[in-house]
Amino acid sequence: MCLAIPMRVIAIDGPRAVVEQAGARRTINIGLMDEVKEDDYVLVHAGYAIARVDEEEARRTLDLIEQLAQATDSAGGET
Amino acid sequence: MKYVDEFRDPRAVRELAQAINRIALPRVRLMEVCGTHTMSIARYGLRELIAERAELISGPGCPVCVTPQGDIDWFLAAARLPGVIAATFGDMMRVPGSDSSLEQERARGAEVRVVYSPADAVELARRNPERQVIFFGIGFETTAPAVAMSVLEAKGDSLANYSAFCAHKLIPPALAALVAAPDLAVNGFILPGHVSAIIGSRPYEFLAREHGVPCVVAGFEPVDVLQAVRMLLLQIAQGRAAVEIAYNRAVAPEGNPKARAVVSQVFEVADARWRGLGDIPASGLAVNAQHASFDARRRFDLTVSPAVEPRGCRCGEVLRGAIHPEQCALFGRRCTPREPVGPCMVSSEGACAARYRYRAAPAGGEA
Amino acid sequence: MTRDAGPARDEREPRGALEGRQGRATRDVILLSHGAGGQLMSELIDDIFVRGFDNPILRAREDSGVIDVAGRKLALTTDSFVVAPVVFPGGDIGKLAACGTVNDLAAVGAQPVALAASFILEEGLDQSLLRRCVESLRAAADEASVPVITGDTKVVPKGSADKLFITTSGLGLAPQNTTISASAARRGDVVLINGGIAEHGMAVLCAREGIDLQLDIGSDCAPLNRLVAALLDAGCDVHSLRDPTRGGVAAALNEIAQQSQVCIELREEALPIAPAVNTACELLGLDPLQVANEGKMLVLLPEEQAEAALAAMRCAPYGGGAVMIGRVLDGPAGRVQLKTRVGPARIVDRPVGEPMPRIC
Repeated sequence: MCLAIPMRVIAIDGPRAVVEQAGARRTINIGLMDEVKEDDYVLVHAGYAIARVDEEEARRTLDLIEQLAQATDSAGGET
Repeated sequence: MKYVDEFRDPRAVRELAQAINRIALPRVRLMEVCGTHTMSIARYGLRELIAERAELISGPGCPVCVTPQGDIDWFLAAARLPGVIAATFGDMMRVPGSDSSLEQERARGAEVRVVYSPADAVELARRNPERQVIFFGIGFETTAPAVAMSVLEAKGDSLANYSAFCAHKLIPPALAALVAAPDLAVNGFILPGHVSAIIGSRPYEFLAREHGVPCVVAGFEPVDVLQAVRMLLLQIAQGRAAVEIAYNRAVAPEGNPKARAVVSQVFEVADARWRGLGDIPASGLAVNAQHASFDARRRFDLTVSPAVEPRGCRCGEVLRGAIHPEQCALFGRRCTPREPVGPCMVSSEGACAARYRYRAAPAGGEA
Repeated sequence: MTRDAGPARDEREPRGALEGRQGRATRDVILLSHGAGGQLMSELIDDIFVRGFDNPILRAREDSGVIDVAGRKLALTTDSFVVAPVVFPGGDIGKLAACGTVNDLAAVGAQPVALAASFILEEGLDQSLLRRCVESLRAAADEASVPVITGDTKVVPKGSADKLFITTSGLGLAPQNTTISASAARRGDVVLINGGIAEHGMAVLCAREGIDLQLDIGSDCAPLNRLVAALLDAGCDVHSLRDPTRGGVAAALNEIAQQSQVCIELREEALPIAPAVNTACELLGLDPLQVANEGKMLVLLPEEQAEAALAAMRCAPYGGGAVMIGRVLDGPAGRVQLKTRVGPARIVDRPVGEPMPRIC
């Protein structure tokens, strides 16, 4: 029930920010966020930023899967 | 798209699917409670990828589907009032009330405007001072903060012609009702990632602690969903029950406190009726007394006849996960996206519509 | 205000014995969804227009009617343009009016020879806006080398039209010796397209009040007669052509699959889509396959000719991005399916009505 996509903050003006993702740009409201900086990625839902996307955590999640792939190559089965 | 494409990587999906299929367990039943999960699972055919290990079922996670008939009828009646602009998310346009829909009311002359954001509805109110703008506030904890902000914005501008019809609902009380039901056979919950971005993971802990049901907060891309499924299966295989977060890049255990504060400023918890689940105490939101002047329910005196459920419609059972869409006799026959009987087929993320629209193409072979 | 009195004690039949809730009401009035190029529109056309005018040419349901006149095959088409906003990123209603009609002729392999343009003007319309749209129409027609040789003008009271409606009719010379038709696709054919999908529909939607999304790409509105001429001149044995306007690629291919009684499979990874358009679709919850295009042509022809066809298209105007996106294969007749990026295939339906931005 929650279509939200990550978009990068490119300008901030009070309670509003301009966000961008792959050539699409919109002005949204950042009033639901504690602090937002330029270049942050935020999840945009219904014209509002609702959460920041953490680069570290994203990396960690993808690395976990990468490790899975490598584990598959060297061993089989798991419980 | 950054932070999206990486989580749709076919290789990663394959690895996760294989990892899931290697976990030695009898087939389990996992329930998701978010329409966006329903859509994503159907869109990417994830059900088929892990069919041997897990059966994925949909719960009451489609806000359009769980909005009671009476609320829809109220909003339709409001749209017919002279001088009203009825502003809504696109999701509600084709949902049938007892007699009509917003799409049909528009055809008959009502001014109905689809907006992407409740902030746009406030803008409509600014630009049309002689009209009354009523916003149809559906959605769960992800959306309630946005609607609350719109009320605060209207208040800040002293707009006398904006009000919200608050039909928001809360997920944890619905989950509590589900686990209390004797016939619920679910081995784990795939929890809604964006609701959780707002409320965090703590409100779900009773599911693991008191009911022993494993839970994982999941994102929406194929990698996210499969990651969560794998974590659930590992919990089950290891005999554990905990609330874990797979969607760490967007969800912190404490969620978004500021968004919750905005909600508390404008709304209060109230009893709510859920289509298919009945009345659940403290499971919805209502505009609080302090903001009564922005409460559409109080501002407009509307009488709505008792709603009537269509015969043969089993949306309630589908919403509880008690049956699959295909088990409803109307599915694909009398009830299709073209001519929907119940809300699960109208809403594009209702279990029935998602199942119908994104139905698997049975192997037809290649030329 | 009376709150909802409770769950129904007695249940009622859905309206009409075999109809859904909206069934009967849908038949009473025209909805915007009836104009959206999807299932509702298709049914309206069949029920009222094809049945009303009934003749073999109309029943063929091609983008243009092809008629034999004294031994010469002529193509005739007509289209009304009611887009709002009237001016959008990448064009305006005038440009659209010329291109749409030229492309309907191109979709039966016909070269345009003359256009007619009818204008319905709303009282109060700014004349400079009208001039601008007429100039755009002229420019697009010039690009397609076709003159506007006749027309009409009407003015209606304020509120009876949304600024400006244009209806263009086009006359063209259809290929004498081949039949390009929606019913001519065959197993073994491939599906080509000349470039990125969903650009027009998203450009128009995003420009609307209340959506306000800025894209770095505008409408793809363009005349494709030269593109089609290049294909035919290269000797390609084109079976079907269709410009996927309202209802998108999904509607167009479903029509071909239905009329040719074949099964078509698309590959998600092969679908060309501009990043900004992709983002906009994801943000608004729309399926790009169901969004309108105004400068695209779907080409179905035997696989052996794919290379030659792509080469010809890539050298023609608006063909630089030509790619193969699918094929006609063994499978249930009338079905269109999509092999997803991650593996399994799923059905691609025509949209029911207008695509609506969602938050869920």
